[in-house]
Amino acid sequence: MSEPILELRGINKSFGPVHVLHDIDFTVRAGEVTALVGDNGAGKSTMVKSIAGIHPIDSGEVLFEGQPVTIHSPREAADYGIEVVYQDLALCENLDIVQNMFLGRERGKYGLLDEADMEQAARKTLASLSVRTVKSVRTSVASLSGGQRQTVAIAKSVLWDSKVVLLDEPTAALGVAQTRQVLDLVRRLAEQGLGVVLISHNMNDVFEVSDRIACLYLGRMAAQLPTKDVTHGQVVELITAGRSGDLGIARPETATI
Amino acid sequence: MTPQRKSLAKRLVGTNTLWIALVLLLLIAVFGALRPDAVLTVFTLQTTLVETSVLLVLAVGMTFVIITSGIDLSVGSVLVFSGVTSAMTMNSLNGGDATNAGWGVVVVGLLVALASGAAWGLLNGLLIAKAKIPPLIVTLGSFGAALGAGQLISNGSNVSGVPNVLSNNLGTGTTFGVPNLVILAAVVTALGALLLGTTRFGRHTYAIGSNEEAARRVGIGVTRHLMAVYLLAGVLAGLAGFMAMAYFRVASVTGHDTDNLNAIAGVVLGGTSLFGGAGSIVGTIFGVFIPAVLRKGFVIVGVNVYWQPIAVAIVLVAAVWFDQSRRKARDRS
Ligand SMILES: Nc1ncnc2c1ncn2[C@@H]1O[C@H](COP(=O)(O)OP(=O)(O)O)[C@@H](O)[C@H]1O
Ligand SMILES: [Mg+2]
Repeated sequence: MSEPILELRGINKSFGPVHVLHDIDFTVRAGEVTALVGDNGAGKSTMVKSIAGIHPIDSGEVLFEGQPVTIHSPREAADYGIEVVYQDLALCENLDIVQNMFLGRERGKYGLLDEADMEQAARKTLASLSVRTVKSVRTSVASLSGGQRQTVAIAKSVLWDSKVVLLDEPTAALGVAQTRQVLDLVRRLAEQGLGVVLISHNMNDVFEVSDRIACLYLGRMAAQLPTKDVTHGQVVELITAGRSGDLGIARPETATI
Repeated sequence: MTPQRKSLAKRLVGTNTLWIALVLLLLIAVFGALRPDAVLTVFTLQTTLVETSVLLVLAVGMTFVIITSGIDLSVGSVLVFSGVTSAMTMNSLNGGDATNAGWGVVVVGLLVALASGAAWGLLNGLLIAKAKIPPLIVTLGSFGAALGAGQLISNGSNVSGVPNVLSNNLGTGTTFGVPNLVILAAVVTALGALLLGTTRFGRHTYAIGSNEEAARRVGIGVTRHLMAVYLLAGVLAGLAGFMAMAYFRVASVTGHDTDNLNAIAGVVLGGTSLFGGAGSIVGTIFGVFIPAVLRKGFVIVGVNVYWQPIAVAIVLVAAVWFDQSRRKARDRS
């Protein structure tokens, strides 16, 4: 078992009166895919955005490589090597693949862009991820398919010396073949030694690529277990009821939002 | 993946610029064929260029603003305000009449014009980027306020006493046959094109217009950047005010009510999308010259000049319609 690279301890997060995350403990390990599952509104995206510094957390501790850290912005998260692929992707349609991959971190001196350098690096990254579906890295994102966009968003996150990649439902809008490609990509990221968090509603996908499964139920961490120790049925029960046998929250019926 | 470098030319020109360049060439060719003796002369060329220089400088700033999916209606009024403050400062530095003032006074006048433009640009930027008031409303406000302020300061009349050294050199002087005003506009335009096409600042301008939230998430300082863009538009409007004053030998408080619309029309004609995220300075050059060539051409050929705004309107609406259907086609695919 590898060392935890990112750990949450007792994280709480409210939006005004709505208490979305309750005392969340969560561990991401390098070289592993941790699946984060939970019903719609369980707080998965909020958790990811809290890690990324988009939403400030109310209480609790975040440890990165064993050290307590406070992350105020996506930029600071990126400085630690934490990258997020958001559910709503957030790519600039008018810009091409290279421009999107380097957006906010363009290469070049004195404010001038080094296009050739960026293009080469983008192509190298896509090749290292065995991405062959995009013809030219100068294609504008507007003309890419959903799967290709997802690929670009993921490739963008590993262009930097990233250590943790959080993927929020990367396959939700994809067809079978495209999902296949993205899952392969996810697996490859873990093989390259990154800590990967995959949010997904598809149990088959989760069981196929993940090493661990973390179940959120109404903003509480119901269980976090090695994938091989649980069954489909148990995970579904954890998602829908917060409890399965002796797994999960002791008295889920008392859990409130 | 095949290596496919995007050439510098392509990045500067943008995608839908080619056809608007063709429209411009076509216009020149048609007018030239009708009256070759009058149209294709150095004099006609020069006057068309000079008359368009001031508008071009406004349109360069406007291109940045529109690419961020904003708008700046205040440029013409800021031009007036900057001309007035600049002329009045120069006059007061020279005992009430700067006509015979030297270069020192002219330089102060330039700085005052730029600072006046910068002040309005900064105010626009603050209200738009920080207070998050829609650009249309903010700049509609400063459109009225800057003109009103200019007229208050000048008591509602044009300010004369513009230094001769300024008018004779920048205003009507030439270098190797090229009007100095045109050279200045060309330099500003070239710098604008490089800033937009080859720098981080330019790239972030496109990104914000394309997807502001995405720009924010990758750590681009969207608020600061938007302020800088409106500041740039303001400074260029200040410079345009200085140029207009040099050319007309008076800081005029009238005749600039539609500068904003002319600049916007030029930018949009040049292929910059009102939806933001796409456009180019090179396109803006073509876009600004189309109305100018139409006006000149109509005068020379003897068409009633009131046809010019109608013709421009048709081309403008066609340009936007073209942009929209291109987008729809893209979204469907
Ligand atoms: N910015 C926000 N402001 C207020 N409430 C929010 C915000 N973002 C999410 N929520 C609420 O937090 C809860 C969890 O949402 P989310 O994290 O998106 O769930 P999931 O991704 O698991 O489907 C929902 O009840 C949602 O309405
Ligand atoms: Mg979600």
